[in-house]
This record gives sequence, structure tokens and C-alpha cells, in this order.
Amino acid sequence: MYGLSLTDEILGITLIWGFVFIYAVMGAMDFGAGFWSMIYINRDKTNVTNIANRYLSPTWEVTNVFIVALVVAIYSMFPRAAYSLGTILLIPGSLILLLITIRSAFLVFSHAAEKYKRLLIYVSGITGILIPGLLIAVLPISQGGYVIEQNGRESLSLGLLFTSPNVYAFIAFAIISSLFLSSLLLADYSKTAGDLRAYGVYRRDALITGPISLICAFLIMVTLKTEANWIYIKMMDNLPLLITSAACFILTGALLMIPGGKGLKGIPRLAVIVTIIQFLLAGFVYGRAHLPYIIYDNETIRTGFTDPSSFRAVFIVYVVGFAILFPGFYFFWRLFMRDRSVRQTD
Amino acid sequence: MVIEVSHLVIARAMFGTTMAFHIIFATLGIGIPFMILISELMFLKTKDQDYSIMAKRWTRVKGVLLGVAIPSGTIAGVSLSLLWPGFMEVIGRVMALPFQIEIYAFFIEALFLSIYVYAYDRISTKARIISLILVTFGALASAVLISNVHAFEGTPAGFRVVNGKIVDVNPWAAFFNPAFFITAGHVSLTALMTGSFVFAGTSGFKMLRNSPGSRSYQFHAKALVMSLILGGVISLISALSGHASAQYLYEYQPEKLAAAEGLFETQSHAPLTIGGSVDPEKQEVKHAIEIPWALSFLAGNRFDTVVRGLNEFPRDYWPPLFIHTMFNGMVGIGMYSILVAIIGVYWLKFKKKTVVPKWMLFAFFLSAPLSILAIEFGWILACTGRQPWTIYHILSTADSVTSQQNLGILYLLFILVYLLLGIVVIAVLYFYFKRNPLIHELSGQTDPDDKNYPAH
Ligand code: HDD
Ligand code: HEM
Ligand code: HEM
Repeated sequence: MYGLSLTDEILGITLIWGFVFIYAVMGAMDFGAGFWSMIYINRDKTNVTNIANRYLSPTWEVTNVFIVALVVAIYSMFPRAAYSLGTILLIPGSLILLLITIRSAFLVFSHAAEKYKRLLIYVSGITGILIPGLLIAVLPISQGGYVIEQNGRESLSLGLLFTSPNVYAFIAFAIISSLFLSSLLLADYSKTAGDLRAYGVYRRDALITGPISLICAFLIMVTLKTEANWIYIKMMDNLPLLITSAACFILTGALLMIPGGKGLKGIPRLAVIVTIIQFLLAGFVYGRAHLPYIIYDNETIRTGFTDPSSFRAVFIVYVVGFAILFPGFYFFWRLFMRDRSVRQTD
Repeated sequence: MVIEVSHLVIARAMFGTTMAFHIIFATLGIGIPFMILISELMFLKTKDQDYSIMAKRWTRVKGVLLGVAIPSGTIAGVSLSLLWPGFMEVIGRVMALPFQIEIYAFFIEALFLSIYVYAYDRISTKARIISLILVTFGALASAVLISNVHAFEGTPAGFRVVNGKIVDVNPWAAFFNPAFFITAGHVSLTALMTGSFVFAGTSGFKMLRNSPGSRSYQFHAKALVMSLILGGVISLISALSGHASAQYLYEYQPEKLAAAEGLFETQSHAPLTIGGSVDPEKQEVKHAIEIPWALSFLAGNRFDTVVRGLNEFPRDYWPPLFIHTMFNGMVGIGMYSILVAIIGVYWLKFKKKTVVPKWMLFAFFLSAPLSILAIEFGWILACTGRQPWTIYHILSTADSVTSQQNLGILYLLFILVYLLLGIVVIAVLYFYFKRNPLIHELSGQTDPDDKNYPAH
């Protein structure tokens, strides 16, 4: 494809793209759920907040492991790029770390002390908005143009960063789409749990946030055209995929409108799946266009790559590790699911 | 130049603070599940309900500590790349395996901890014990793996540097670097030992506050005996493994051993110096007690072993000399723990006394904070004692540090967040146990609220 064959570098960057995607989807659901539970905190008669909370409690830990896995994957496969990324991202990276720390700690504490429950909901709601916004800023930064050199050192120009419409488009997109994804998921979750009130609320939220997220995606494209034309042009090479992605979006909307049994509108389970496919397509087009650059235009996947013998060892460890862990996950999942149905009946 | 120096110092202070904070929760994250496992085993053996209650109550503690262990560990992992990009570039090329495998260790720990906690009442005792074994195993494995990166920093292996380029990389040779087993052993043993003494310390504290003969007093006395026996055995083995660590320093990082001992002149029949402060100008350790010949014997098992002194190395390569105090503190606490365990076991087990004098309880109580302090001392000795290198004689700390300036404000933010977390952890534990006093559980009431699920 496009002159790239399946080299070690491509294998490595694909693995990293996979981690980014998984973290983006899991994180979006996680952070968005935090926000919704804050918004609906005072609606005590409905279960809307509890639904969000119940979803949140068991997932954040697994989500967190993925961000660690992502960082480890970057420095073990592209150490040179990790050097540049680490240097450039010191300030945004540290802020993200601080927010994640506060958030995860309060999530755990709230289970031990009823006193902190309200405080927690605010903490996780506010950080749930801030973290995706900060995290996504990594993408425009990697597109180049915000790094300046002063006396031979590279550093991030916050001035340039915060006057760029493209950056704001990305930030808006991250926030809105994490709300969209999480409301979809919570709609599905509350339908399964048989909570129709909550279902109605989250379905409505998905119908509101969905179109806004599409508008943000268009804004990203428009601003990319002027600010990072190189990636815009390469994304347009894959226009058919982008159109398919937009079609998936419309399908999601339709899936929320049609009758879905039990006298309810919508088949949220399918809508979640179609939306994930939509993000997968768009993410693929963006990632594909980004290659071979990790950071435009000074680190490519070739200049950044690790030692071949290291790569082989690391890759084997990945394969063996996942082969061993997979049955563990399966067991966990079954125990967990059965556990939940037990709770529902008693 | 002045700015350069202070910039590096802030980065070091920042990373050191993160690690010093994380290590408290990480070590307890190994030690506490281990002690919960021992309690469950005791319950299995004696069928005494008290041990089961012990396990349940400490599981709560573990759950809360995890809320700090995981995010602070995430900070540690990510700030390695943010603060030391030069170092991580080398690690990424040569020593990525431990980080990689560690992810799986985290998964194992997280999975089985959830199973133990969430499904406590639904799974059999045997399944609980298997889960706990795997939790402890996962925690130990992640500690061993990450400490292995530290071991590699002291005894780098598995690559060569030719004209500034890294060549001939052999990742498994790097993984099994010369200090791997010694570091793994000492870190694991001292973490288990800390778990035992945290149990012992808590029991001592509780017994001080309850009257002898009361139900609570008896309950805590059981926990005390169990943890003192265990702690005594493990601290003996820890001391031996610490001795092995010192011998490996003698072989691989002689500057560090010389600084830890305040030894300036290379000599055979070198004395062991205890206490005092090292004075680089007068080349002596002031106000110290010297045990003739002991250092030579410790370093090489023979009195005529030649131990190299600091003067043999360029002054720029000297580690900070205060690590002498760290070393003394760590070894001192190790000795204290052994002593306390012997006294306690003698009193409770051999003399079969049911009432313990207050001073003794106080001594047991002290062993808990002291063992955590020893962990801190050990790491400061090991990391600060490696200065000025991040990779011994290959990569200097100054070449590892980020080129970004203005770290001061970030440092301040991190300190504030750690303070906040520290205070909140203590408050949460305090309120939790105030609301759920031991006496409720002892009188046969089961814990009414399963806090792991938010209210429906
Ligand atoms: C409860 C904690 C504890 C206790 C009682 C001891 N240690 Fe320790 N020590 C550690 C906790 C620790 C540690 C935190 O785990 C370190 C830091 C780095 C490492 O590998 O282990 C360590 C490092 C460490 C090092 C430096 C290794 C290096 O530079 O890489 C030496 C020489 C010793 N120890 C020796 C001893 C001796 C002779 C002890 C006698 C009783 C002793 N330790 C007790
Ligand atoms: C968990 C317990 C640890 C503690 C308490 C600790 C403590 C410290 C301290 C105090 C410093 C600053 C040293 C100085 O500049 O004087 C430091 C530096 C450092 N440590 Fe450790 N450390 C720990 C574990 C580790 C581990 C496991 C690694 C390896 C992955 C490691 C790698 C480093 C590096 C790379 C530096 C920065 C460069 C340097 O100053 O040497 N540390 N640590
Ligand atoms: C530079 C050094 C270190 C780094 C980069 C590091 C990294 C991490 C990370 C990323 C986590 C969170 C894992 C998660 O997301 O589940 C964590 C937790 C933990 N770490 Fe560290 N760590 C370091 C030093 C240590 C040391 C020296 C020990 C033990 C002696 C240790 C033991 C643990 C334990 C027991 C946990 C708790 C994890 C859990 O319970 O899930 N760590 N660490």
C-alpha cells in the first residue's frame, strides 16, 4: 500500500496506533461518564447518576493500564521519538498526569467514605472534561509548527499553540466526542439494566452531542487545510473511507431513531458498534496520513526506531504475554458478568 | 551555568519526590496482600474467625492505598520519559523488556485483586487463597521487574557504545545484568518484611489503646504474634541479602561503598564506621564508632580484603557523602527489627504472657514507621549514591535530563498534589474505621455495606 511494506517499523507503529485507539475509546467512555454523573447529580429520583457511576467504578483501572502500556510501547519501540516527545510534552504531559492522579485517587476513595461521594462526582466530572481536551493536544503538536528552537533546544511554544484554530477544533472534538461516546454507551448500559428513565436521558444526550461532534470533525478538516496542509492532502487520498465514516455516523443516528423493541426507540448496542467503526475508519485515515512522521517533520518511524534485536524481543514478549493473559481476561469477564446478573436479581 | 545546575537539581528533586512518595504505597502494595494471604492461611489452619476478620479489614486498607499506588506509579512511569528523555532513549533501545513484562504483572495483580475483593463471599476459601497468591505474585513481579531497571543502571550490560552509538544490543543480557538477582531479592524481602512490621506496628498501637483482657486486645495480640514471627524470620534473611548487596557494591560500584562507609584511603583490614558525619576536607568521619577490620570482612569475607577508598576516584565522581547516614539508618533499622521481633516472640510465645508491657508495645508500634523509613533510606542510598550517573560510567545525569526549563512551578504543583493525596488517604482510612469499628465485626455482625459497589 502506498509504497509501504509490512516492515518492523510499520508493525510497531500499528501496535501503538492500536493502543492509542483503545485508550481513546475506553478513555472517552470513562471521562464522559464522569461528566454525566456530575451533570445529573441533583436528579435523585432517577438513577441517571448511579448508572454512570456504576459503569465508572470497575473500568478506570483497566483504562489506566492502557495509558501506561502506550507510553511504554512508545519508548520501547521508538526511543528517539520518545526523546523528542518527552522533551516537547513536559508541560502538557505533567498537567495530564496531575489531573489523572487526582481523578483516580478520588474514584477509589469515594468507595471507602460516603462523605466524599459528592466531592468525587465534581472532581471526576471536571477532570473528565479537562483530560480529553489536554490529551488530544498531542495530535496537533505532532503535526508540527508549534515547536521552536532556542539556543539549540527544542521547546513547545504555548503562545503558538493557544492561538491556533486547529488546536481548538481538536480540543472541542475531543470533549464533545467523549460525551457522545459515553452517552451512547450509557444508553446501552441503562437499557440492558432495564432503567428506562436513564435510557431516555442518555439517548437524548447522544442525539444532541452526535451532530456537534460531526461539526467539530469538519472544523478539524477545514483548519487542517490551512495549518497542516501536508496531512490534509494525504487524508484526502482516502476520501472514500472518510465518506464511509460519515455514512456510519448517519447510520448511528438512524439506529437511535428506529423502534428497538420493548416499545422503545433505538437499538443502542448496534449504535455503539457502528460508532466505534466510524471512529476506527476516521482514526485510520488520520494515522495513515500521518506516516511516516511521528513528529512532523523531524522524527519519522525510521529515524525513531529502536534496535532490531530489541524490537524482536519486545514483540515476542507482546505475543506471549497476550496469549497468556487472554484466558485470564475471559475468566474475569465471565465472573464479572455473572456477578452483575446476580446483583440485578436480588 | 548557575541556571544549568539548579535546573538539573530541580529535575532530580522532582523525580526523587515522586519516587519517595510512590515507594511507600508500592511497598505496602506488596506487603499488605502478603499479610492478608498469611491471615487467610491461618484462618484455614485454625478456623479462628479472627484471622478472617483481619484479612477483611486489611483488604479495605489495600483498596484505599491502591488509589494512590496506581496513579503515583503512572506518574513515575511517564515522568521517566518527561524528565529524563536522554536516559529513556538508552533504556528504550536496550532495556525495554522489564517495562514491557511489567504491564502483564500489573494486569495479573489488578485482575485477581478485583476477583478477591468483588467476589469475596461467592468464591471458596481455596479460590480466595489462590487469588491472593497471584495478587502478591503480581505485585512482587512488578517490583522485581522495575527494580531491575535500577539494577541495570548500576551494572549496565548487554550493549556497547562505539563513537557515541549503541551497538551489539542483547536485550536478554541486559535483563539478566549482574545485579539482577541481588536487587530483586533485597527489594522483595524488605517489602515483605515491611508488610509484617506494619501489621505488628498497628497491633502494638491498638493494644496500647485497649485494656489487657478485652476482646480487642486479644484480637490484636494474635495479629502481633503472627506478624512478629514472620517479620523476625524475614528480617534476618533481609539482613543477609543486604550483606550480599554490599558485597556486590564492593565489586561493581566501589565509589558508592566507599561513600556509604566514609572510607577515604584504600586499605586492607578496613574498619566499619557507624554513625557520625563524613567530612570531605578532613577526610574522616566525625563522631563515629569504628569497628576495626569489620568492613574488609563484610566486603570480601576476609580481614585482608582490600577495600578501595574515595581518594582513588576523581572528586567529580564522588557520590554525595550523606549516603553514609542513609546506609547506617537502613542497617540500624534492620537490626532494630530483628531485636524487636526476638523480644516479642520470646515474651508472647515462650513466656506465654498475655499482657505486654507498654514500653514493649511502643517499640512494636515504632517498627512500622521505621521499616518504611528504611525503604526510603535504602532507595536514597541506592539512587543518590549512583550520582553523578544514571547509567554507571556510561551516561551522566546531566546528559539524561530534559532540556526544558522552568520546572519549578511544576515541582510545586506535584508537591501540592502529593500532600493532598497523603492527607486524604489518612482521612479516608480514619473515617472508614471509625464508622466500622472492630467491635462490630467481633460481635458477629457482618459488614453491612459492600463499599465496592456504589449505592444503587
Ligand atoms: C525495610 C527496608 C530495608 C532494610 C531493613 C534493609 N534494606 Fe537495604 N535496601 C532496601 C531496603 C532495606 C531497599 C529499599 O529495598 C533497597 C534500595 C534499592 C535496592 O535495591 O534495595 C536497599 C538497598 C541496599 C543497598 C544498595 C544497593 C544498591 O546500591 O543498588 C545495600 C548495600 C543494602 N541495601 C544493604 C543493606 C544491609 C546490609 C541491611 C542490613 C540489615 C539492609 N540493607 C537492610
Ligand atoms: C522506588 C523507590 C525509589 C526511590 C525512593 C528513588 C529515589 C530517587 C532519588 C531520591 C533520586 C534523586 C537522586 C539524586 O539526584 O540525588 C532518584 C533519581 C533517579 N532514580 Fe531513583 N528511586 C527509586 C527507584 C528507582 C527505580 C526503580 C529506578 C529505575 C527505573 C530509578 C531510577 C532513577 C533515575 C533514572 C533517577 C534520575 C537520575 C538520577 O538522579 O540518578 N529509581 N531516585
Ligand atoms: C521508576 C520506578 C517505577 C516506575 C516507573 C513504576 C511504575 C508504576 C506504575 C506505572 C504503576 C501503576 C500500575 C497500574 O497502572 O496498574 C505502579 C504501581 C506499583 N508499583 Fe511502581 N514503579 C516504580 C517503582 C516501583 C518499585 C521500586 C516498586 C517496589 C519495590 C514498585 C511496586 C509497585 C506496586 C506494588 C504498585 C502497585 C500496583 C498495583 O497494586 O496495581 N514500583 N508503578
